[in-house]
Amino acid sequence: MWEYTDKVKEHFLNPHNVGEIENPDGIAEVGSLACGDALKLAFKLDENKRIKDAKFKTFGCASAIASSSALTEIIKGMTVDEALKVSNQDIAQYLGGLPDEKMHCSVMGKQALEKAVENYRGAPALEEGAKIICECFGVTDKEIERAIRENNLSTVEDVTNYTKAGGGCGGCHDAIAQIIDHVKAEPKMDSKPKLTNIQKIRLIEETIEREIRPSLKQDGGDIEIIDIIGNRVIVATRGACATCKASDITLKNFVEYRLKELVSPDITVEEAAK
Amino acid sequence: MKTIYLDNNATTQVAEEVLDIMMPYFRDLYGNPSSMHTFGGQVGQKIRQAREQVASLLGALPEEIVFTSCGTESDNSAIRSALITRSDKKHIVISRVEHPAIRTLCSHLSTQGYKITELSVDKNGILDLENLEKSMTPDTAIVSLMWGNNETGVIFPVEEAARMAHEKGVLFHTDAVQATGKIPINMKNNIIDMLSISGHKLHAPKGIGVLYVRRGTKFSPFLIGGHQEKERRGGTENTPSIIGLGKACELAARNMEKENTYVKRLRDKLECELLKRITQSRINGDIGNRLPNTTNISFEYVEGEAILLLMNELGICASSGSACTSGSLQPSHVLRAMGVPFTMAHGSIRFSLSVNNTEEEVDFVIEKMPAIIDRLRGMSPFWNAKEQACSKH
Repeated sequence: MWEYTDKVKEHFLNPHNVGEIENPDGIAEVGSLACGDALKLAFKLDENKRIKDAKFKTFGCASAIASSSALTEIIKGMTVDEALKVSNQDIAQYLGGLPDEKMHCSVMGKQALEKAVENYRGAPALEEGAKIICECFGVTDKEIERAIRENNLSTVEDVTNYTKAGGGCGGCHDAIAQIIDHVKAEPKMDSKPKLTNIQKIRLIEETIEREIRPSLKQDGGDIEIIDIIGNRVIVATRGACATCKASDITLKNFVEYRLKELVSPDITVEEAAK
Repeated sequence: MKTIYLDNNATTQVAEEVLDIMMPYFRDLYGNPSSMHTFGGQVGQKIRQAREQVASLLGALPEEIVFTSCGTESDNSAIRSALITRSDKKHIVISRVEHPAIRTLCSHLSTQGYKITELSVDKNGILDLENLEKSMTPDTAIVSLMWGNNETGVIFPVEEAARMAHEKGVLFHTDAVQATGKIPINMKNNIIDMLSISGHKLHAPKGIGVLYVRRGTKFSPFLIGGHQEKERRGGTENTPSIIGLGKACELAARNMEKENTYVKRLRDKLECELLKRITQSRINGDIGNRLPNTTNISFEYVEGEAILLLMNELGICASSGSACTSGSLQPSHVLRAMGVPFTMAHGSIRFSLSVNNTEEEVDFVIEKMPAIIDRLRGMSPFWNAKEQACSKH
């Protein structure tokens, strides 16, 4: 049995905004019967160009229905531009989270919203230059790239959970792996907002905890933050790292490299005096 | 809220008589049957009796019964034993609708140098024995085909299949986890070499299984250790559960007729009424050739997990072959093997009854299901479109 939050159950048992809208301003359908879930979304704007009403019809499991209900609640009162900023994460968060295997339900909400806005603006249905990667579920490279970026995905399995791509015949697994590599190789600095000192310290701690420590621990080592002064991160190495002759290289080529990549390009890592 | 349990192919309630007979072996008679003292030895006598009870249900000899921990262990033991005792052969024949205990094991073996042939079934889930004939080669070690399918209840002609396997000198195993206790099995009338049973599908507890190994069949144990089970399965006996399973087999023999009259009638009533009251629904699996307790019904344009959760709100328990219930993205491998269209497979619900179900329970489900399906169809973008398309004609 799935571990659904109370919020998911509530929106499944009593979904908000089920139905259709007469003469909608934007309308779209995504998914298909064969996929196992599908969503038809419509919205109507008021005189101030804000979303006055949003309605949906969904074929799918409890989390698909709950995600649709959540989406329509979230976007009501928003302008179209504001609505476009709603991410699948926002939908999942509104519901108090979704099981990993069900994240694709929130992605479906996001896709429907984008298509409905495209329909409103009269823009082309398929993103320019997008090409279908997963034939079974009709998922494009652009959709996969976006899911990887927004949710920091790193495996083909993750991508399948979020977009369904690769969940059918499996013939596209190599192509998905290539997209992951390609997205991971992108420089990310430009898109990073400027951090406050507190945010930066927290991000450094999180990055070490999540991205760095597990790898070091695999080799019997560990790392501890001693101090953070501006962009200088002072650390002490522990366990196998403390006695390892190559630990300088590890600090520069792995720890510093990851922090530059994930926190800020200005970061330097130094080892505390022993 | 009262629970209406129509998921007996998943697991069953332990029968009261079974639980009663087990209790002393937890509390007072906790001895090890292998011990030299009477305190342990008396438990050994009870195990002998349980072995006879199991053998009696199957028309087998007591010495042909090996107690295991579950159906999966029995299946694994059977296949692995065949591969070890026929170590020059590298080919296994199964069907596309086998339980994961066989399918996943075989796909694992396929990475270790074994070749697997999966026989297909037709749209009613029926096996073509001609394909079996053609599939066997001099390299084939074992054929394993289930007796009754867990999802659809469809029965395979395993006795005939065993004869064909033997003609080619191939071992034959059947997973009879669902069939045991629901249809008569008499090992005197067939030449099946090995057969798997799971206790919790027939009102015994979870964690106990049986592998039947015909006398004279070469066997190599899966669990290697002590001399228990005549060195065919190491590990101290699960004494309370073995004794409970013996009782459960005795009850199953007694209830066999009820399964095929009372339970079958309730199942037939449930499925007839649901098909009558809910349009665009259909049965998956051959109607004439099924276990008496199982029905698998597809409700088109709705999704199985959503149906199950709405049923759950009313205390009704069942299963679905939809993709969403499994965490995979594809509907049940059984329904796919049968070529059930995805649109139908996603909305499939399996009801599996037992002798514990009542007419009132079935009537309640018949009364509540149409509203559940209507409610979800009302939310489905395909339902209206379909109705409009129909009204245009």
